[in-house]
Amino acid sequence: MSSVLFDVPGPRARLRHRLYAILGVAVLVAGIGFVVYRFAESGQFAGEKWSWIQYEKVQTDLLDALVNTLKAFAAGAVLALLFGAIFAAGQLSDHKVIRVPAMVVVELFRAVPLVVLIFVFHYGLSLGAPFYSVVLGLTLYNGSVLAEVFRAGVLSLPRGQSEAAYAVGMRKTQVMNNVLLPQAVRAMLPAIISQLVVLLKDTALGFLITYDELLDYARYLGSIFEFGRPLVPVTIVVAAVYIAMCLLLTWLATYLEKRNRRNKKVVELEKKPAEDVVAAAV
Amino acid sequence: MDVLLDNLDLYGPGFLNTVELFLISAVGSLVLGTVLAMLRVAPVPVMRAMGAAYVTIVRNTPLTLVFFFFAFAFPLLKIVDADTFGGSAASYYFSAALAALILYTAAFVCEVVRAGINTVPVGQAEASRALGLTFGQMLGSVVLPQATRAVVPPMMSTMIALLKNTTIAAGFSVFQAGSISLNLSERGENQLIGLLWVAAFFIVLVIPMTLLQRSLEKRWSIAR
Repeated sequence: MSSVLFDVPGPRARLRHRLYAILGVAVLVAGIGFVVYRFAESGQFAGEKWSWIQYEKVQTDLLDALVNTLKAFAAGAVLALLFGAIFAAGQLSDHKVIRVPAMVVVELFRAVPLVVLIFVFHYGLSLGAPFYSVVLGLTLYNGSVLAEVFRAGVLSLPRGQSEAAYAVGMRKTQVMNNVLLPQAVRAMLPAIISQLVVLLKDTALGFLITYDELLDYARYLGSIFEFGRPLVPVTIVVAAVYIAMCLLLTWLATYLEKRNRRNKKVVELEKKPAEDVVAAAV
Repeated sequence: MDVLLDNLDLYGPGFLNTVELFLISAVGSLVLGTVLAMLRVAPVPVMRAMGAAYVTIVRNTPLTLVFFFFAFAFPLLKIVDADTFGGSAASYYFSAALAALILYTAAFVCEVVRAGINTVPVGQAEASRALGLTFGQMLGSVVLPQATRAVVPPMMSTMIALLKNTTIAAGFSVFQAGSISLNLSERGENQLIGLLWVAAFFIVLVIPMTLLQRSLEKRWSIAR
C-alpha cells in the first residue's frame, strides 16, 4: 500500500509495526472480553433472555415490523426521487419565477431537522396515522438532498453535451430528458443510493411518533417481563437487521460505481477534493 | 409571536441545551473521529481493519437505534453507576445523548478526515521526504495544510448534520429544542406555531453555515 503518510517500512519499522499490531489486538481482545464479561455479569446470556426468538408469534410480529419499516422506506424513496427530480428541474430552470422558489424550498427542507419536520406533520398538523407523517418527512428532507444531487449531476456534465444537442435542433425539454438526465443519473447513481441508505436509516425516526416499525417493536419486545426484559439481545438483533439492510444497499452502490468506472460511455466527472465524502451524507 | 414570547422559559433553555449538546458532541466527535482516521491510515493492517470495522458498523446503524441503546439497553449492563452522572435521570439521559451523538458522528468525521488526507498526492509527501523533512515537518508544513483545505467544507456539512441530529434526543427524555413542542402541548399552546419557531431556529443557524460552507468550497477548491 502506498500512503501519503508512510514510506514502505524497512526492517526496524516492520518490527515496530508488528509490535503495534500485537498491542492493537490486545486492546481489541480486552475490549471484547470486557463486554462479554459485563454481558455475563448482568445476565444477558441467560437462556430466558434469548428465548423470545423461538416463538412463532414473535417472529411474525418482528417480520411485520420489518415490513412496516420497508413500506415507509419504499414509499419515501419513490416520492423523494420524484420530489428531487421535480425540484432539480425547477432549480435548473431558466425562469427566475420557477428557479428561486424551487431553491428556497430545497434550502428550507434541508435546514429543518427531520425530527422537527415529522413532529410538525404529526403533532402540528395532525395528519393522522404516523405512517403519513414519517413518509412525508422522509420525502421532503431526502427529496431536497436528492434535488441537490441531481442538480450537481447535471451541472457537472461538459457544456458541449447540451450545446451539441441544441445544435442538432433539440428543444430544452429534449436536451434535458434525452441528453443530460440519463448521463447525470448514471454518474450520480452511487450518490443517489447512499442517500437512499440515509432514508432507510431515517425510517427509524418513526419510533419517536410511535409508528409501529422495527425499533418500536424492539422497545415493546424488550419490555416483556416473561422474557426477562431482553432489551439488550433485542437491540443487538435489530441493529444487525438494520446494518444488513444498509450494507446491501451500500454494496449495490459500490457495485454500480465499479461498473460505471469500467464503462467508457460514462463521462469522467470533474473531481472535487474530498468529493466522495460530500456524497456520504450523515 | 405570542407562543414564542409567552413560553420563553421553555424556548430559552431548550435552545441553550441544543447548543450545549451540539458543542460538546462536536468537540468529542472531532477528537474521536480524528483518532479513528489515524487508525484507518495507519501502516499496521490490524489497526486499519479495526477502524474500518467501526466505521462500517456505525455508519449503517440508524442514529435513533444508537440513542435507543444508550437510553434503554446500556443501563441494564450496569457498566457505570447512575451516580457518576450526577445521580438524576435527566443528567443520565443527557450523557447518553452525548455518547450516542459522539460515537455516531465520529464515524463520519473519520471518513471526512481520511478522504482529506487521501486528496493530497503521494508525490507531495515523497518530495518533502526527498528534501529531507522529518515526518513531523512533512505533516505540519506539507500534507496537513493541503488536507485541511479539502476537509473543511465536508466537515461543515457533517457538523450541520450533527446539529440537526441533536433533535433526536427529544425521543429520549433529553430536553432541548426538539422537545419544546411536547412541553408546549401540556400548556395547551398551539403546537404547530410552537414547532414552526423551532424550525425557524434551525433555519437561522443552518443556512448561514451552509452559505459559508459553499463559499469555502468555491474559494478553496481552486488550490489544485
